[in-house]
Amino acid sequence: MQGITGREGQFHTRQCVAYGTNVVAGVTPGKAGQQMDGIPVFNTVADAVRETGANCSMIFVPPAFAADAIMEAADAGIAVIVAITEGIPVLDMMRVKNYLSGKACRLIGPNCPGIITPGECKIGIMPGPIHKPGGPIGVVSRSGTLTYEVVHQLTLQGIGQTTCIGIGGDPINGTNFIDCLDAFERDPDTKGVVMVGEIGGSAEEDAAAFIRERMSKPVVGFIAGLTAPPGRRMGHAGAIISGSSGTGQAKIAAMRACGVHVCEDLGSLGEFCARVFGHAAS
Amino acid sequence: MKIHEYQAKELFRKFEIPVPEGGPAFTVDEALNVADRLGAYPVVVKAQIHAGGRGKGGGVKLAASREEVKTLAEHMLGMTLVTHQTGPQGKQVKKLLIEQGLNIRKELYLSLLPDRATAKIAIIASEAGGMDIEAVAAEQPEKIIKVFVDPLIGIQPFHCRKVAYGLGLEGTTIKGFTAILNRLYRLLIAYDCSLVEINPLVITADQNVVALDAKINFDDNALFRHPDVVALRDTDEEHPLEVEASKYNLNYINLDGNVGNMVNGAGLAMATMDIIQQAGARPANFLDVGGGASAEMVENGFRIILSDKNVKGILINIFGGILRCDVLAEGVVQAARKTGITVPVVVRMEGTNVEKGREILASSGLNLITAVDLKDAAAKVAQIVQG
Repeated sequence: MQGITGREGQFHTRQCVAYGTNVVAGVTPGKAGQQMDGIPVFNTVADAVRETGANCSMIFVPPAFAADAIMEAADAGIAVIVAITEGIPVLDMMRVKNYLSGKACRLIGPNCPGIITPGECKIGIMPGPIHKPGGPIGVVSRSGTLTYEVVHQLTLQGIGQTTCIGIGGDPINGTNFIDCLDAFERDPDTKGVVMVGEIGGSAEEDAAAFIRERMSKPVVGFIAGLTAPPGRRMGHAGAIISGSSGTGQAKIAAMRACGVHVCEDLGSLGEFCARVFGHAAS
Repeated sequence: MKIHEYQAKELFRKFEIPVPEGGPAFTVDEALNVADRLGAYPVVVKAQIHAGGRGKGGGVKLAASREEVKTLAEHMLGMTLVTHQTGPQGKQVKKLLIEQGLNIRKELYLSLLPDRATAKIAIIASEAGGMDIEAVAAEQPEKIIKVFVDPLIGIQPFHCRKVAYGLGLEGTTIKGFTAILNRLYRLLIAYDCSLVEINPLVITADQNVVALDAKINFDDNALFRHPDVVALRDTDEEHPLEVEASKYNLNYINLDGNVGNMVNGAGLAMATMDIIQQAGARPANFLDVGGGASAEMVENGFRIILSDKNVKGILINIFGGILRCDVLAEGVVQAARKTGITVPVVVRMEGTNVEKGREILASSGLNLITAVDLKDAAAKVAQIVQG
């Protein structure tokens, strides 16, 4: 946990531990030797890795220092870096992305709720109880609370989840839809995927092409922001329609053309999934 | 964040990017003073609003004499300028830029921006300057040059040659263009710009390269390290409710519908707006109160939504995660007690501490309509609007 001694860091560390995540170390520069609920705190990620063997890091540090924290984790040999921090400047993330390329680590986020394998491990800020362990559906999303909504509806329908990944709402992120879709396609426990996108950029269109070419499992798609006006940044730094690109309508059309089961009504997404995945299973 | 052309040109001057002589004017007298200082005609009178397409909308005019400057300034100051970017309601002109007219031989397009797909700085250039670049890209893609710069390496001479020769530049203009490109890159990095655009970048009859226009947008996430940019903010260009919301760190955008809404999380907020539309109504706003909202923030958000006169009903949609439902409920109750509920309010809550939240709302004695799920919420919103 990078930023373990902060208010958010403490709260979510406890939540993760309560869910069953094996948290072995925290990092806050200048606080080495302290403990948080018995978890040792180190000055650097390198120290934490050397002393505890940590192989995954969750980042809670404020936006001005988050890019540095991500690069520190990569430099220390952390394999999976989950960056929760919202509001990192785009040029900082651009440097991070180029710094990480070629390194053997995976960054999830930033500006994301994290990743959870229900019933087993949670590296993120999502409420654990809304999830249903055991699969068979994978969820990948650019949003936070919208993902909770989707997962909640799946759970109410009795549909469990294998893994739920928030890839984050920023224009530049470490892991994209295609990385997650590819992992779900190769995961024998995952039988179908729900992909939650939003306006801005072309990640959904790229993912749709991947689904057509490479995926055998059914994919349900949802796009938020159909009513958003162009040129305004809708909260997420990445959710902005510039000119004619990034509109919801274009994304839905691209997804439909590639065989994605697009649901336009969030209120009945759970039932929609039950129909699509039930049909696929039978 | 956006700034005006005259402010962008000040930054250009700071980075030694050539711009026409001139200065801003907020009154007719000031406009005449700038024209007198320039001393030679024609001068250009340019309306300063945060939107493109000003030329077509009548916001950029040539004046051949002092009298014409006066007439144009009188006409433009206070006029409502409608362009394809302002929406049909247009924007009122409160500031002008008065500049020296140039003898133009050629118009180019040049912009730099962080490219999300490649995570590089994209340089976009075209010999078709002065036109809508999106139209050029769609109709004549061969006229668009794109060069990508790795931010860890920075701009190199070969990047500049690729662009300059791609534009068909010759002789001394190559040197002038390259200098501008290098300085624009430095400006973008130094100020965390999300876009720097010159359209048109002109080559004058005497072979000088000059930025006739200037547009700079800044990354909102990086404003914390640029107080000098924050000082350039013009709240006249923003909706008063958006200015009010920004005081409380609320992520609010005013829209032209009649159903207000308050949601936690940007994705869910967008989806909630869509639901309102699908229910046959139109969202009056986007409002993401964020993950860690306090009761006070919720209260201010509620008050801001209520002060929008177009709002006929409100939908509150909260999926409690970090923001717990009981905190949300307290904020709503506080706000409702202070400001009074003047329109129907539908509340849909789910997630962390939802029972506690529902209890707070139920025992408040306030006339709130609760919805069990999103479908129910949408139906209740539709009922309000149709009723």
